[in-house]
Parts: sequence; structure tokens; C-alpha cells
Amino acid sequence: MRARIWGCRGSIATPGPGTLRYGGNTSCVELRTRERTLIVLDAGTGIRLLGATLEAEPPATIHLLLTHLHLDHLEGLPFFAPLWSEGTELHVWGPPSPVRSLENRIARYISPPLFPRRLADVPARLSFHDVPKEEWMIGGVQILAHPVTHPGPTVGYRLTEDGRSLAYIPDHEPALGLNDLAAMPPEWLSGHAVATDVDILLHDAQYSAEEYPARVGWGHSTVDHAVTFGLSAGARHLVLFHHDPLHRDSDLEALLVSAAQRWGDGGTPPALAREGLTFELD
Amino acid sequence: MAQGRQQKNLILILAREFASKLATPMFVVDAEGDLVFYNEPAEDVLGRSFAEAGEMPAEALPSLFSPEDLAGKPLSLEELPLGIAIVARKPAHRDLRIAGLDGRKRVVSVTAFPLFAHADELVGAVAVFWQPPGGETP
Repeated sequence: MRARIWGCRGSIATPGPGTLRYGGNTSCVELRTRERTLIVLDAGTGIRLLGATLEAEPPATIHLLLTHLHLDHLEGLPFFAPLWSEGTELHVWGPPSPVRSLENRIARYISPPLFPRRLADVPARLSFHDVPKEEWMIGGVQILAHPVTHPGPTVGYRLTEDGRSLAYIPDHEPALGLNDLAAMPPEWLSGHAVATDVDILLHDAQYSAEEYPARVGWGHSTVDHAVTFGLSAGARHLVLFHHDPLHRDSDLEALLVSAAQRWGDGGTPPALAREGLTFELD
Repeated sequence: MAQGRQQKNLILILAREFASKLATPMFVVDAEGDLVFYNEPAEDVLGRSFAEAGEMPAEALPSLFSPEDLAGKPLSLEELPLGIAIVARKPAHRDLRIAGLDGRKRVVSVTAFPLFAHADELVGAVAVFWQPPGGETP
């Protein structure tokens, strides 16, 4: 399994000179399985760039796994080139809602007045799936989707192939309501089922500790929370994801120093997610 | 799911955090009716801290708290508001008398309701209870 980050910015795309090193596109991660199946995690603005690379040799089938439907995880979908090809079979997976189907919720965005075309106009063959409660398989990869703490229906994903695993929890506030995240038994931590003992954990690290008190309940973590959660889960490599749009590259690098100190000497030190960063899980 | 990845349902995690911030006594039970948490205000009513008592299986609750109606008739688990919330999957309320873990009898009013993660997925229930003024009996 190989992963590549196409977007790791939180909340809103943030182009400009201050975000050149880590990128300004919102959440999107490409996964290629051993069988060469294409799995895409989230459809933030980064998915547009991924789609452009697929035009020369478009895959017949694509699986898009959405963590949730907040706009920064969905806004790139109508700009994903394979969507506009009749030859594409696109399976869209996402968290169920007690109110509306996944298709209807996505159609609210891909329709006037928010978008000039309707979802029904899309030439690709689309299938919409609520994520199963139990693990399932796509292209030889075992996938677990588990609800996590974030406003509205939201899941984190764990993908495992040949015993190597990657967890993707870009929007997550496991510290919500807790006095001490580190003191909680792991089974009482949101996201634990997804992240335990993973090789790579891509996790929300939107805020600094100083910023968080004014944003409690917004659904995101501090860098310290991400480190504490990663250590509690036994993740082997923590990648700080969903960078705040107010954080310039230099701000992120200062936060990384703090994260590395908190992580300690055990294993691979944390890293900052950046566009173009790849992981080989063989 | 692998053993090492077992985790409480997110609804129970949120219910526990909600309870832990409330000044009102609250129980949280899982889908089997096992008691998985009660908050600090409930400790005053039950007479023992959750840290001391820990999680308890559903079948142990009647013997632990000896619930009875106000006429002194013992109540089964299925007659308790929490039991109704889990078994019948509907809200329930009643006044009853319990013996706290400290051995003291108390009259409490209990309201319980089931927790559904999805329309067809019961993941547990919560019970809110309080002691009316003068509710403690020797």
C-alpha cells in the first residue's frame, strides 16, 4: 500500500507565500493498494490535483472514502476530472446520517445555487454507500470506519494491507470534555479503535495549546492532543494533519518542535503533513 | 475487530463526558445493561465512588442496590427505568427506594432513556436520578 498526500490544510484552502512548504489545499490522500486499486481519502481541494494526474490513464474504478461532509472535505469533488468521464465507476463511501442519504447530502452541494451543475448531470457511474459497522474489503485492503468526536456524522478510517496499517482521522477532538486526555483509559477514547498500533497515523493537529481554549467544541485537536492521542494509541509514526489556515509554514515548524519534545525518544518522531509526502507500507 | 482495538461506542464516550460535567446524578449503561459509568453526584446517592465500585454487570445491579417500590416490594431489573430503557427500548420514569453501597436506604426519582446510534442500533441507556428532600431513610 502506498499513500500520497494531496491536501492537508484544514477548514479552507490557503494558497500564498506562507504555505508553500506544506501546501494550502484541503484534505485529500491517495492510496494505491498492492492490486493497484485507487482509494481516495476525502475530497478537499487536493483531489483536483490528483484528478489531473489520472487523466492520461484513468482508472476504471475509484473508491472515495469521505470522513464527513464538511465543505473542506468535499469541495474538490466536482473538480475531480474522473467525475466527468463516462468511463469512471466511482464508489463514494461516507458516514450515515439519521436524516438524509449520503447521495442527497452530497447533492445539496453539487446543485444550484452552490454549483452550476447537478449531481444527476455527472457522467461517471456513481454509487453511494454508508460505511459498514464492521470491517470490509476494497482491493485487498481491510477497512474499518469508526465514528469519532467531531460535529455531525464523522468517521475515522483504518486501512490495513498485509499487516501494515494507516489510520486517517483528519478532524477529531478526542479531548472534548476531558480534563486530562492522557489519563483516560484507551477504550474510553474516541478514535482508539481506528488508531491502535497503526504504522502511520494521520491526525488532526489544527491548533496550538494557546488557541484551543477559544475553540473548544469546534471538533479539532491541538498538536499536544495529537501527540497524546498518538502515544496512547501506540501509533508508530504520527503525522500532524489538518493545519490551521492561520498557521504559516514557520508556525507549523515551531509546533513540530513542541510535538517532537512531547513525543520523546520512542520511535519515529512526529512529522508535518505536506502536499506530495508519500508513505510506503510494504 | 482485534481485541486490542476494542473501544466503547462513541455515544457512550460522549454520554460519559456529558455525565461527568453534570451536577445531576447520572448512570450510563451499555447495550447489555451493564453499568459502565456513574458520575460524582451519583456517588453521593450510591454511597461509593465509581473508582471504587468500577463497572458492574446488569444482573448484579438489583442485588447491589436492592431496589424496591415505595411500598417495599422488591423490583426486578426489568421493572427499573434503566431495565425498561434497555429491554423495551423506551423512556421510563418512577420513584423507588434503593440501598446505597454504603448500606443506607434512599428514595430516588429515576428517569431513563435509551441511546440509539442509529434508528436500529441501541448502544446503551442513561438514567438521571435525584434524591427528593427528606428522601433518606434509616
